[in-house]
Amino acid sequence: MRLTVDGQSFDIDVDPDMPLLWALRDLVGKTGPKFGCGIAACGACTVHVDGQPVRSCSLPVGQVDGAVTTIEGIGTADRLHPVQQAWLEEQVAQCGYCQAGQIMSAVALLDEVADPSDADIDNAMGGNLCRCGTYPKIRSAIRKAAALKTAGL
Amino acid sequence: MASVGKIARRTFLIGAAAVAGGVAVGYYYYRKPFANPLETDLGKGEATFNPYVKIAADNTTTIVAPRAEMGQGISTTLAIMVAEELDVGLDQIKVEHGRASYAYYNAAILEEGGPFAFFDESMTAQAVRSGLGVVGKLLALQVTGGSASTRDGFDKMRQAGAAARHLLIAAAAQKLGVAAADLETANGSILHKASGKSLTYGAVAAAAAAIAPPTEVKLKDRADWKLLGKPQKRIDMLAKVTGAPIFGIDVRMPDMLYGTVKMSPRFWAKPVKVDLAKAEKMPGVIKIVPLETNYGHGFGIIAQNTWAAFKAADTIDAQWADPEYPLSSAAILDVLKQALGTKGSAMRDNGDVDTAFADAPREKIVEADYAVPYLAHATMEPMNATARFKDGALDIWCGNQTPTLVRQLCANAVGIEQDKVTVHTTFMGGGFGRRTEMDFSLCAALMAKETGGRPIKVTWTREEDMRHDAYRPAAVGKFQARLGDDGMPVAVDMRIASPSVIASTLRRLFPSISPVGPDKSIVDGAYDQPYTIANYRVSGVAAPVSIPVGFWRSVGSSINGFFHEGFMDEIATAGKIDPVELRKKLMAAYPAAVKVVEKVAAMAKWGEPLPAGKAKGVAFTLSFGSWVGEIVQVADTPAGIRIEKVWIAADVGTALDPGIVEAQLISAAIYGLSAAMGQQITFADGMVEQSNFHDFDAMRIFQCPVFEVAILENFHKMGGVGEVGTPPAAPALANAIFALTGKRIRTLPLSTRVAFA
Repeated sequence: MRLTVDGQSFDIDVDPDMPLLWALRDLVGKTGPKFGCGIAACGACTVHVDGQPVRSCSLPVGQVDGAVTTIEGIGTADRLHPVQQAWLEEQVAQCGYCQAGQIMSAVALLDEVADPSDADIDNAMGGNLCRCGTYPKIRSAIRKAAALKTAGL
Repeated sequence: MASVGKIARRTFLIGAAAVAGGVAVGYYYYRKPFANPLETDLGKGEATFNPYVKIAADNTTTIVAPRAEMGQGISTTLAIMVAEELDVGLDQIKVEHGRASYAYYNAAILEEGGPFAFFDESMTAQAVRSGLGVVGKLLALQVTGGSASTRDGFDKMRQAGAAARHLLIAAAAQKLGVAAADLETANGSILHKASGKSLTYGAVAAAAAAIAPPTEVKLKDRADWKLLGKPQKRIDMLAKVTGAPIFGIDVRMPDMLYGTVKMSPRFWAKPVKVDLAKAEKMPGVIKIVPLETNYGHGFGIIAQNTWAAFKAADTIDAQWADPEYPLSSAAILDVLKQALGTKGSAMRDNGDVDTAFADAPREKIVEADYAVPYLAHATMEPMNATARFKDGALDIWCGNQTPTLVRQLCANAVGIEQDKVTVHTTFMGGGFGRRTEMDFSLCAALMAKETGGRPIKVTWTREEDMRHDAYRPAAVGKFQARLGDDGMPVAVDMRIASPSVIASTLRRLFPSISPVGPDKSIVDGAYDQPYTIANYRVSGVAAPVSIPVGFWRSVGSSINGFFHEGFMDEIATAGKIDPVELRKKLMAAYPAAVKVVEKVAAMAKWGEPLPAGKAKGVAFTLSFGSWVGEIVQVADTPAGIRIEKVWIAADVGTALDPGIVEAQLISAAIYGLSAAMGQQITFADGMVEQSNFHDFDAMRIFQCPVFEVAILENFHKMGGVGEVGTPPAAPALANAIFALTGKRIRTLPLSTRVAFA
C-alpha cells in the first residue's frame, strides 16, 4: 500500500492489521514516534493523520486514509516548529522518550485552540504519560508556544 | 548517639574516599599508566589531551561525559565540569557518551584499586576478591554509585578541563614567544592582551597535545565559576524535541531482523509443555528459539518486523512449572509477616529499647503496622536491545546503566571472551534502576546467535516489561513508640521485613556467590535518619520470597521514607505536638536538617489556617547525602482528593546545575506520588496480575500539583539529586490525607482507601 508520511510517499508491503506505529518504525524508517504501551494508554506514539492526533500503536495501517505527520515532519533542528521551540526554551525533556508524543498532542491542541486554558491542556494532554514528571514544564511550554504562534514566530 | 555516629561514618566512607581519591589520583589517570582511548580513533587534525577532551584544528571541541543519560541531565553536568575549567562555552562543544573508552576507563581505575569506579565493575571485583562483607560492600557501592555521578566526576572532570587548558596555554606561549603567565583564555581562544594577538585552541591543539601534561593543576575557585552553579541548557534537549533516533529502540542497521521475547510468567519456572507450531507458521516469523538465562526461561521470536514477532509471541501456547514462591499476594504477605516476627539485624540501636518499653504505661504507647506493595519501574521505553553476533564478535546496542557488566555477562552467555564484545550505550527512555539489569541484553545476545550474523533488534511488549521486572520489593513494618510526659518520644522500636534486593541481584548476576550479612537496603531511610531519640532501634529482616527484586528509584528509602515519616506523624498526633515542631526538636543535633524543615515550613506557610476542605502533611528523608523536606497540600473535591501543591526544600550541599537539580526533585516527587496514589504489583497463580498502563498507571498532567522548590547548600558535603525527592513524597501525601480526613492509611497504594481526583 501507499503511505504518505511527512510529505513523502512510501510504497510498503504490509499486513493491513499492522499498527501504523510499526509500519512507520520498522518499514518506513520513521523512529520519531515511540512505542510505549501498544494499547493507546500512554500517547508516546502520537502522530497526526490529516492534522488529527492519533495513537499510531492502535490504528491499523490499513485504516489510515490520510497524510501522516510525525515529529520528524513538523520541524527540523534548523527550523523548529513553535511548539518545539517552546519545548527547547522551557527545557522540558528529561529522558525525552515521551516528548515526541507530547509535542504532537500539543501541536494538535494549539492548531485547534490558539490560547488554551488549563482545562484545555488537561483534556488534550491527559492521554500522554510522562514517567519523568515533566508536566509542569509541559504546561508552561504550551503557554509559551501559544504566545510564539500568536506572534507569528 | 554512638551507633548513629558509627553508621554515619560507615555510610560516608565510600563517598569520602571517592572525593579524596579523585583529588589524589584523578589526574594521574588521564595519561598513565593506561593509553588514552581517544588516541586510537582521532579524526584528521584532532588532538586529545586526556580521555575526556579532544580538540580539532577547526576548534571543534569534544567532551566525553562517561555516564549514561537517562533523563537526569548527567551528560550536561559532566560536560559543564570540563567546559568550566577549559574555558569554552557550552555552545562550542560536542558531548559524546564515550563508549569504548568509558568501559576501559572504569576497568582501569578498578585495577589500580581506585575507590570509586562505576559500581558495576567494582561489584564484580569486590565479589571475586572479597568473601566476607561482600553484601555490605556491594550495597554501599550501588547506593553511592547510583546517586553520586556528580560527586564522582566533580574533581576528575574539572581536572581534565584544567589540564587541557594548561597545555593549550603552554603551546600558545611557545608559538607567540610570550610568557604563559601573560595569556588569558575565554570561549575557546587564547589572548595575549599586551599585543592583542589571539589564537584559537584548535590552532595550537596539536602542539599542545605533544607537551608533557602537568603534574598538578589548580582548579577555579567557586567564585570564578561561569557555568557551574548556574542553570544551563541541556546538551540533549534539541535531539529530544526533534524526535532524533537516540534511544536503544531507535537503532537501525542494514539487514536487521526484529524480535521479541516470551518469558515464563512465573519467575524461574521452566516450560513443561509448549506448542510452537502455530506461532512458527505465522507470516513474518523466521524462527522461535528457547532462551535460558539467570533471569528465567522462555522463548525468543525472530521475525521480519516487530509486529509479526509480537503476534507470534502472543500465539505461543505454553504451560509453565509451578513457582518456587507463594502463589498469591496474600500468601506472600503472610511470609513477610512471619519474617517480621523474627529478631532481624538491628542497624541502629541507641539506649536500651527493651527496658524502655518494659514498664511503659499503656496510654503512652503508640503502635502501628505498615505495608507497601511490589512496584514495577515502568520506564516509558520498554526493555530492548539490539545485538549482532558475527565472525565471533558480539556488538550490543542498548540503554543500560552498567556497560561493563553487560559486556561480561553477554560474553559468558554466548561463550566468547569479553574483549570480543562491544557495548554501545544509547540514551535511555527512563532508567529508575531498571536498566541496571541484564535480562534484555542477554536475550538479544542469545538471539543474535541464531540469525546467521544479521543484527536483531529485540523489543519487549509493555506486558512483558511489566511482568518481568526486578521489582521494588514489598515490605511490612511494625512500629512502636513510648511517649514521655511532654508528648515527645523516649523510645522508638522499628522492625521492617522485606525480600533482600542484594540477594536477589546476586542470584541474577552472580549465582555462584551467596549473600553474606544483612542487607542494609531493607532499613535504608529508617535507620539512618537525623533524629535523636534516647532509645531508638531499627531492625531489618530479609524475607524469603524469591520474586526478583531490584533497585527502584531511591531503593530502601522509597519504602522506609513512608514507614518512618508516617510513624513520626502518628507520634506527633499522639503526643499532641505539631509535626514540624516534633521534627525540629528531634533533629536539633543536625542543623542542616532543621534548616530544611524550617525552610519548607516557611514556604508552605505551615501553621497558618487553611480553608475548610484543605490540609497539609509534612515529611523529611535524608537519602543519598541530601536532606529533603516536602509538604503536600490536598483538597477534598467532589471527584476525590486532589493534590494541589507540593513544596520541596532540599539541601544538596553544592548545586552544580540548579535547573537540573530542581527538575530532578520535582521528577522524583512525582515518581513517589504516582506510586503512593495508585501503583501496586500483585500476584495470582504465581504471576503478576498487572500488564500495562491501564492497571499500572502513573500521575497524569491533570493530577499534577503546582511545585515550589528551594535548593539549599548548607551542608558541607555534596549530595545526590536523582532519587532524593522520592522518599518523602508518599508520607507527606499520606500525612496530608490524615490531616484532611482523619484516616490514617498505613498501606500503599492509598487508592485502596481513598479516591483521587
